[in-house]
Amino acid sequence: MTRLRTLLAACCTTALLLATGAAAQARFITVASTTSTEQSGLFGHLLPVFTKASGIKVRVVALGTGQALDMARRGDADVVFVHDQAAEEKFVADGHGVSRQGVMYNDFVLIGPRSDPARTAGKDILESLRRIETMKAPFVSRGDKSGTHAAELRYWKAAGVDLDGKKGPWYRDTGSGMGPALNTAASMNAYLLADRGSWLAFRNRGALGIVVAGDTRLFNQYGVILVNPARHPHVKQADGQKFIDWLLSAAGQKIIADYKIDGEQLFFPSASRLTH
Amino acid sequence: MGEITTSLMLAGELVASGDARLASIVTLSLQVSLSATLLACLIGMPLGALLAVGRFPGRHTLIVLFNGLMGLPPVVVGLLVYLLLSRAGPLGQFGLLFTPAAMIIAQTILIVPIVAALARQSVEDAWREYREQLRSLGASRLRAAMTLLWDGRFSLTTSGLAGFGRAIAEVGAVMIVGGNIDGVTRVMTTTIALETSKGDLPLALALGLILIAVVLAVNTAAFMLRQWAEQRWG
Repeated sequence: MTRLRTLLAACCTTALLLATGAAAQARFITVASTTSTEQSGLFGHLLPVFTKASGIKVRVVALGTGQALDMARRGDADVVFVHDQAAEEKFVADGHGVSRQGVMYNDFVLIGPRSDPARTAGKDILESLRRIETMKAPFVSRGDKSGTHAAELRYWKAAGVDLDGKKGPWYRDTGSGMGPALNTAASMNAYLLADRGSWLAFRNRGALGIVVAGDTRLFNQYGVILVNPARHPHVKQADGQKFIDWLLSAAGQKIIADYKIDGEQLFFPSASRLTH
Repeated sequence: MGEITTSLMLAGELVASGDARLASIVTLSLQVSLSATLLACLIGMPLGALLAVGRFPGRHTLIVLFNGLMGLPPVVVGLLVYLLLSRAGPLGQFGLLFTPAAMIIAQTILIVPIVAALARQSVEDAWREYREQLRSLGASRLRAAMTLLWDGRFSLTTSGLAGFGRAIAEVGAVMIVGGNIDGVTRVMTTTIALETSKGDLPLALALGLILIAVVLAVNTAAFMLRQWAEQRWG
């Protein structure tokens, strides 16, 4: 029995050591962001430069925009970096965030089979969506309240397609992130809306390609918000603000512009305080 | 088939190159899941032993409850722990969300029922055999439970390993409470989910193969340790 007790004590000590050792902390902020910024590799390119300049580590939790905003609303993030302007403005108006600033943009693209059975190719996203609905061509929706999902719903509405009435088996509501939705579309040769960054970084393309791009309505703006310290006192206000200021500075904006995959620029800086 | 061969080769290359990031991800996976297993054994084994030898009202209900909770969905445990540890939750002030500690808590909750239910079964079998003997020695039920636990320590490793297997393989709970933060809470399963999302299926599968190899290595180590211990003290 004494041996059992010694064993138990040893186990407890080890578990505690493991737990505390693993939780060792440095100076950091937590950023709730979207899968597009993380999975496109932008953060891998951007954050080390910021950390080197400031000594602040950035912990990114990558979720859909809706979920990222919800996480910040509960006070679990210091900064939000997402892409759904309407939802972001509501977040600030409700007092959860201090203010919203545009950081950069890229665009959405309509992805579909390169053979394009619904003949959607072109520059008019609304016309293409109407064709998909008329032909009942398979379409994969994120269905997860992400920024891209919100944009998709806006385009259907603008195209005059009443999804609730016309949704059939051709419209696959997958409730998944950008990557899983792209995997699903690739395996069933379906159309879907994606942000260009995620598409460029995506490897399992199968027979899919870009069918619609360049419509000005496909503009995709990313904004950054400091979570309101008045509402959540533990928010790391100073360090969070430093990150935001750096993103909007000439140095940060240049790093964003410098990020390329296969020679193609993924994000275009658009900090409003810059004049050019 | 081509992709699977590619994955096998990629897994070999990754291991051979001694990739530092991979090593730290594997280490974190082991730290989190082994800690959770230790904690779950400390909680679950005595609990299982008491359920085996104790006689109290509600005992059968508890036995069925623990058996049923072996099927706890990881994502539900993750969500529950997330709501508890979130700044807006009851334990928010500790700032544990998105840390390895949060992941250990979630996995511990997930596997306590497994460890407890399996320990209960093996102690109950022993209890049936040694009950009279222990009674004639005048041992209390608590004392008997502890004696049987100690006596069955070698066969109880299996219940610990079952818990460990469940912990290191799950992705739903650690994804939610850890947040899959690069270099902080990114473990093997969340990395595999991430690479799948990026469409890099060969790399995802290669990482999966490495994870299986790691689990096998842990089981081999446990097996050898048990044999050695049995020879020495058995």
